[in-house]
Amino acid sequence: MTTPATPPSPPYPAPASGSPASVPTGEPVPAVPVRTPGLGDAVAAEWTKIRSVRSTMWTLGVMVLLLLGVGLLTAVTLRVAESDLGGEPVLSLGFFGVLLGSICVITLGVLTMASEYSTGLIRTTLAACPGRGRVLIAKSIVFFLLSFTVTTVTAGIVGVLQTAILDAESPSGGEWLRVTVGVGLYVALLGLLSMALGTIVQHSAGAITIMIAVVLLPLVMAMFMFTPTLTSVRQALFEYSIPSQLAALYDTAMTLPGPSGWESVAIIAGVTAVAMCGAFFSLDRRDV
Amino acid sequence: MIEAVGLTKRYGAKTAVENLSFQVRPGAVTGFLGPNGSGKSTTMRMMLGLDRPTSGHVTIGGHPFRSLPNAPRQVGALLDAKAVHGGRSARNHLLSLAQLAGIPTARVDEVLGVVGLREVAKQRSKGFSLGMGQRLGIAAALLGDPRVLLFDEPVNGLDPEGIHWVRNLMRQLAAEGRTVFVSSHLMSEMALTADHLIVIGRGRLLSDMSVRDFISANSADFARVRVASEPPEQREKLTAALTEAGGRVMPEPDGALRVTELPLPRISELAHASDVRLWELSPHQASLEEAYMRMTQGAVDYRSTADAKEGLQPPPPAYGPLPDLAEYVPEPPEVPQRGWYVPPPPGREPSRAPAAPVAPAASVAPAAPVARAASVAPADRETSEESR
Repeated sequence: MTTPATPPSPPYPAPASGSPASVPTGEPVPAVPVRTPGLGDAVAAEWTKIRSVRSTMWTLGVMVLLLLGVGLLTAVTLRVAESDLGGEPVLSLGFFGVLLGSICVITLGVLTMASEYSTGLIRTTLAACPGRGRVLIAKSIVFFLLSFTVTTVTAGIVGVLQTAILDAESPSGGEWLRVTVGVGLYVALLGLLSMALGTIVQHSAGAITIMIAVVLLPLVMAMFMFTPTLTSVRQALFEYSIPSQLAALYDTAMTLPGPSGWESVAIIAGVTAVAMCGAFFSLDRRDV
Repeated sequence: MIEAVGLTKRYGAKTAVENLSFQVRPGAVTGFLGPNGSGKSTTMRMMLGLDRPTSGHVTIGGHPFRSLPNAPRQVGALLDAKAVHGGRSARNHLLSLAQLAGIPTARVDEVLGVVGLREVAKQRSKGFSLGMGQRLGIAAALLGDPRVLLFDEPVNGLDPEGIHWVRNLMRQLAAEGRTVFVSSHLMSEMALTADHLIVIGRGRLLSDMSVRDFISANSADFARVRVASEPPEQREKLTAALTEAGGRVMPEPDGALRVTELPLPRISELAHASDVRLWELSPHQASLEEAYMRMTQGAVDYRSTADAKEGLQPPPPAYGPLPDLAEYVPEPPEVPQRGWYVPPPPGREPSRAPAAPVAPAASVAPAAPVARAASVAPADRETSEESR
């Protein structure tokens, strides 16, 4: 073993910027209390990450604006025109805002993971935490809770305002639950699905494009299936496309025999669970 | 303590790292040298469990990184200064890493002070220069007060003061008994910082020895001796006399002799005693950089060709065209098997020989074994070095 070529313990030199070093010269790096980190630490770290980038503020901000803007504009227009709702429940007016706003959550979901790949930060992260599953779970928890809370609260506010503006009869408790918690769950799970896809694809633009296609393509494809032999396929695409599932939560399903209410939440939860398993294996097995 | 055993990594048909085995010991700075694309970063990624080796394994403290208990407190790494989210402030970047590793928040401000980034801690790292990025990366590596530190090209982009600081930091970390593993492609930097050198090229181990051994093997002074061409047996006569006196004599392609382990006056005396006339007796020194370049010559992936600038330049003036410059073709290496550590001849043309002794060490003609390459002007050599 060679001995160091220099005399032992030269002091930490003063930093180049001239600011006083926190480590007194002549002393080694102070001991930092050692504690084995767990999932809670990873969640705290992911919370720091998600709140310290502007894309979070932008995507969620735009989503809140879309929900409020579209929802209130519809309500005000209806009130000014003094047309009746045609039997539709008053809360269903929130649907279009949420459909547009879900694109923002999809973007944020993809970026939460894919931006780590595009910046190379993923290597720093995984060098600081070799438990890759822990990183994925922590990210999922933080992202899910954030998008769920924002969506649920905003959807609730929009519902209250719409009911007030239109002077409609008060919706039932079940309806309220579906358009707040139900919609929040659905949109947050959709975002989680995007995050899983972002982990697998490892590319922001690619994953966002795929997710928007997943949302829009089934309906567009169904529109062009005129042949009678494809009727059943067409029907399934209509009923199980993401906008239809979301509409089911508002009890205003364009096609009635499809999934109703909470069934669509269960469907997206199942799909997301499968995608998250794929994301876990992708993250665990692949080189980064 | 880092130990690699038969480490191999293939990407499809390309082999990035091949059967690499070495140990990195604590209490010393170990330099990891190799040209661009020689597999340094790949090896470091495998050490950190980021890439899976195709075969073989690498352990830190006896464990593969991914099963190392409390890994962030045992290993700190700077892999890529640009591996940060540009939109996040320096402090938040370090804070998230500290939280991930269960390190108290106060430590974040501490390391920010250590690397001298306190004043810009709240700024988004997008606007950081490469040197500031390196400092941020070093801060991240120091965060957990780890026993093993890996740095991939830490001095890239740093100013001279920063380079000096990194050098001292590495040495101090090693003096504290830590394992410090630093990759670089600059031999001159490693000669000053490292205690031990591991040199790889094209993913294979070329050398694994202490810097002291490397220096004594490579940068030995030597004398260049040219004897009068008539009578022809003079050369053999002098060779015999020098060898008898304990010198090592090697013939050079142009007929001169390279003599090591004998001082110049002694060579002169021996020549005089054996009645041999000398036409040249000059002192030379081979730099470590040269020795390293020669060692890795066969393993350089990216090599520049001479820039002919055809059609961009007026025809050269008639009086002073640089000879040989245009015909410089980087030859594939013919590195002598036993002789990589022996600086091959400076190989100046005889007509230019008188200039050699006064030239500074850095401009000693490249000691490539291929005569054609040896005739390259120093400026041209610089470009080929840059291209590595």
